[in-house]
Amino acid sequence: MNHAEKIMTDASGWLEVGRIEDIPPLGARVVRTPDGDIAVFRNAEDEIFALRDKCPHKGGPLSQGIVHGRRVACPLHDWKIHLDSGEAVAPDEGCAARYPVRVEDGFIRLSLTPDEGCADR
Amino acid sequence: MKEKLVLIGNGMAGVRALEELLKLAPEQYDISVFGGEPYGNYNRIMLSPVLAGEKTVEQIMLNDEQWYADNGIRLFKGKWVECVDRARRVVQASDGTTAEYDRLIIATGSNPFIVPLPGKDLEGVITFRDIADVDAMLSACTAPGGKAIVIGGGLLGLEAANGLNKQGMDVTVVHLMDTLMERQLDKPAGALLKASLEEKGLKFLMQAQTEAILGTDKVSGVRFKDGLEVPAELVVMAVGIRPNFKLAEQIGLHCERGVVVTDTMQTYDPRIYAVGECVQHRGQTYGLVAPLFEQAKVCANHLAHIGIARYEGSVTSTKLKVTGIDLFSAGDFTGDDSTQALVLQDPGRGLYKKVVLKDNRIQGAVMYGDTIDGTWYFELMRDGTDVSGFRDSLLFGQAHLGDSGHGDDNRVAAMADTAEICGCNGVCKGQIVDTIIREKLFTLEDVRVHTKASSSCGSCTGLVEALLAHTVGGDYSLSPAKKPLCGCTEHNHDEIRAGIRDNVLTTIPAVRQFFEWKTPDGCSKCRPALNYYLLCQWPGDYQDDNQSRFINERAHANIQKDASYSVIPRMWGGSTTPQELRAIADVAEKYAVRMVHVTGGQRLALYGLSKEQLPKIWGDLNQAGLVSGHAYGKALRTVKTCVGREWCRFGTQDSTALGIELEKMTWGSWTPHKFKMAASGCPRNCAEATIKDFGVVCVDSGYELHVGGNGGVKVRATDLLCHVETSEQVLEYCAAFMQLYREEAHYLERTAPWIERVGLSYIKDKVVNDEAGRNALVQRFHYAQQFAQDDPWAARAQGAEAHEFTPIKQVS
Ligand code: SRM
Ligand SMILES: Cc1cc2nc3c(=O)[nH]c(=O)nc-3n(C[C@H](O)[C@H](O)[C@H](O)COP(=O)(O)OP(=O)(O)OC[C@H]3O[C@@H](n4cnc5c(N)ncnc54)[C@H](O)[C@@H]3O)c2cc1C
Ligand code: SF4
Ligand code: FES
Repeated sequence: MNHAEKIMTDASGWLEVGRIEDIPPLGARVVRTPDGDIAVFRNAEDEIFALRDKCPHKGGPLSQGIVHGRRVACPLHDWKIHLDSGEAVAPDEGCAARYPVRVEDGFIRLSLTPDEGCADR
Repeated sequence: MKEKLVLIGNGMAGVRALEELLKLAPEQYDISVFGGEPYGNYNRIMLSPVLAGEKTVEQIMLNDEQWYADNGIRLFKGKWVECVDRARRVVQASDGTTAEYDRLIIATGSNPFIVPLPGKDLEGVITFRDIADVDAMLSACTAPGGKAIVIGGGLLGLEAANGLNKQGMDVTVVHLMDTLMERQLDKPAGALLKASLEEKGLKFLMQAQTEAILGTDKVSGVRFKDGLEVPAELVVMAVGIRPNFKLAEQIGLHCERGVVVTDTMQTYDPRIYAVGECVQHRGQTYGLVAPLFEQAKVCANHLAHIGIARYEGSVTSTKLKVTGIDLFSAGDFTGDDSTQALVLQDPGRGLYKKVVLKDNRIQGAVMYGDTIDGTWYFELMRDGTDVSGFRDSLLFGQAHLGDSGHGDDNRVAAMADTAEICGCNGVCKGQIVDTIIREKLFTLEDVRVHTKASSSCGSCTGLVEALLAHTVGGDYSLSPAKKPLCGCTEHNHDEIRAGIRDNVLTTIPAVRQFFEWKTPDGCSKCRPALNYYLLCQWPGDYQDDNQSRFINERAHANIQKDASYSVIPRMWGGSTTPQELRAIADVAEKYAVRMVHVTGGQRLALYGLSKEQLPKIWGDLNQAGLVSGHAYGKALRTVKTCVGREWCRFGTQDSTALGIELEKMTWGSWTPHKFKMAASGCPRNCAEATIKDFGVVCVDSGYELHVGGNGGVKVRATDLLCHVETSEQVLEYCAAFMQLYREEAHYLERTAPWIERVGLSYIKDKVVNDEAGRNALVQRFHYAQQFAQDDPWAARAQGAEAHEFTPIKQVS
């Protein structure tokens, strides 16, 4: 990883971004990186998800959308995106890359390497 | 062990119920289907185009056998169910096949009615109901010029006659009455229809009573009461249908004119459901698919144990599927002493329209030649809208009210595949048609979801509906008696608002729980609506739910396509000062604003700002006394004014000061949709007050108050509410009108469609005629304003909700 020196990741590559309470329930915050924004979502069940902050439709910032269940509605044209897979809800097609994320003792840790499988990373 | 579900009748309603069920609970049942016909499930409506040679049987299949296999459904095709043992819960077909059930759906459709004439059983006498009938008709028209007689000049008969005619037969339609389709058409429309069909080569024998069908073993002709004999080698009986409830009756279920069902589609045996044409619900039977699909949805909801849906009956409308003929009818169009008919007739263009009104509400409509407004009339009829406000232009159609989209370019059939239908999303006709066919779509909602057409501004809705009707046949325009707020609930806007008020529901979760929402957190459609309804109902107490607001209202700025934001401060009544302009200029320079734009609402907008910059910019603007213009909200927007009496040689009153006062009174208020105002100093109306939600036109004797205007997708000029004498009264009526709108309109319904829905006279009754009521509205408005007039920018400039404007982490 290019920015390894500057980024405070632990040995296995996890970056601590903040606490669960830093994100409002049914909301999202952005992690700003040189490779673009990552949206970190919190749903009503306190599940945390991380996706590239770019809607597969026309690049809308998903972090600004309305979160419901395990979905977010894009703020620009209301596509719905599955938070757990990054896939658009059918019949729309496309995906936002998903980033591994873990929660331990209320701390959110993120990997800056997106999962494979989504063409637009 | 899964529960067992058996469906008897593999037709349009029954299989639709299964499709709906699979969407809700795909794993719940082990499903078996018995169908008398030897096919999968097909679109019966499209038999007419098949007969006419415009489609093939393959093209009208809705679900082929693979579909049943893919969904784990056992299909017993070509097997008639002969008995049901309700005690042991077993279904048995004529060949001995049996299946056990926990739940049973009866969807046995209808039988064609056969007139008990001598000769009715001869070979060559055919009904028009299924693929076998179409095959029989097609094999009868081998020699061109062969003679066919169709008994029955109704919808089915005419479609059959048209098909046979297109296949090259010499067709005579025999009708007992003096008007074709007399149940759907009045005499003038019937006459126009007859003329166009005659032009296509059909012959008619009107008021003709058939006495016998002639022939020894094959049909050779028909004899009438008056002795006339007409030769024919094919006779089609299309005189009507009878609900097929033989089986239901035989197994002891209560039947009258159909199998009697409740609002949950259950028969008198609660394990047995019934849907489709075989059903009688609240005394009604139906013979069109739209209501049957609605029944199917309700049935599936209960089978899936969700148990909240109710079928409350449908209003239906009719279209005839004969290519090149445009005809529409709905409701009761005959009328009586208590009704009035509006008629538009242009024989030169083959045009006829009749709308029947009772107490200024549409009772029925018949149209011939131009049917693009059918859906509009139908909706007005279903909603019981008072049309007195636009009665004088009603017959000219909705486009006449103004439409920046498509005007009256309404010949969808003739449009090229590349013609753009939806201007917002760039969707062409060909794309829509292909998707409808490929995805087997039936409703406008489905087409919106799959193609995006008509899902943005909505001005092309009529065209999309016309395409849908054209592609799948018939008319699927919304038939449910009520439209739910969104897919998360069965309840509509009005019910939810009343529930919030009457049951003192004060939070979004409480509303969802009370109304048994189907989804845990709602969706992007219902959450903002509920947030608004609660805010409006409990202005002092409700805790606004930021996460249920659209981004613009959450961030108090307007999101742009590149995720930047725009900032538009208020410029009271469109007036400003050098000091304000300097402050805006300074901000624009300091933050390297990418564009400064004069908006269509008489103020200045700053474009291309990042979210993090917003609180700082707001702070700077606040310093100069500039506050949020709410250009991002479903809220009071702008009050446009002209310079009025102070400067203009024609001005009659001080429209500028009045506009500023109006804006000072109303700013900050949240409304169902955005709310715009204007005040013009004289009837020259330079502030365009007559296309605003609330507009004031100053006149020498005082002020004319106008309401319900709209300059957007569909231009609508205002209706005149009343004339008042003083500027205090203007403020008073404005507050009352706005509060009525706030309390009663549906979320995302602007004043224009709201007024068209409830009627201008209703608004006048509440705002003008009822003084006590008006005062109460005004009071409630001002009470709510106490909590609303608080510049949202100020708090955020001082650090409120910082999480909204900053990244959680910055990685460099
Ligand atoms: C900024 C402005 C255009 C401009 O640069 O001049 C504008 C910009 C937008 N308009 Fe507008 N409208 C603007 C004046 C108008 C006007 C003219 C007016 O107000 O006199 C109209 C027609 C009058 C009317 O509303 O009746 C207008 C009719 C619409 C409509 C159609 C509304 C309708 O009822 O059909 C929409 C869509 C909607 O609201 O659903 C819309 C929506 C929008 C949105 C909010 C679209 C969106 O959701 O992103 C645009 C935001 C752009 C942005 O980046 O900020 N805008 N829009 C104008 C702001 C005025 C202001 O000072 O607040
Ligand atoms: C030519 C034609 C044109 C039409 N045009 C339109 C139109 O434009 N718009 C519109 O809205 N509607 C139209 N209709 C009406 C529409 O097709 C019907 O309303 C709809 O098909 C009824 O659905 P259903 O499921 O109730 O009955 P069906 O679709 O008739 O299904 C019932 C099925 O049950 C089977 N069945 C019956 N009894 C048994 C049994 N005991 N065991 C096993 N199987 C059994 C039958 O064989 C049949 O397949 C048209 C109909 C026809 C025939
Ligand atoms: S500002 Fe208004 S008219 Fe212009 S593109 Fe946006 S919504 Fe359309
Ligand atoms: S960019 Fe997300 S829906 Fe269009």
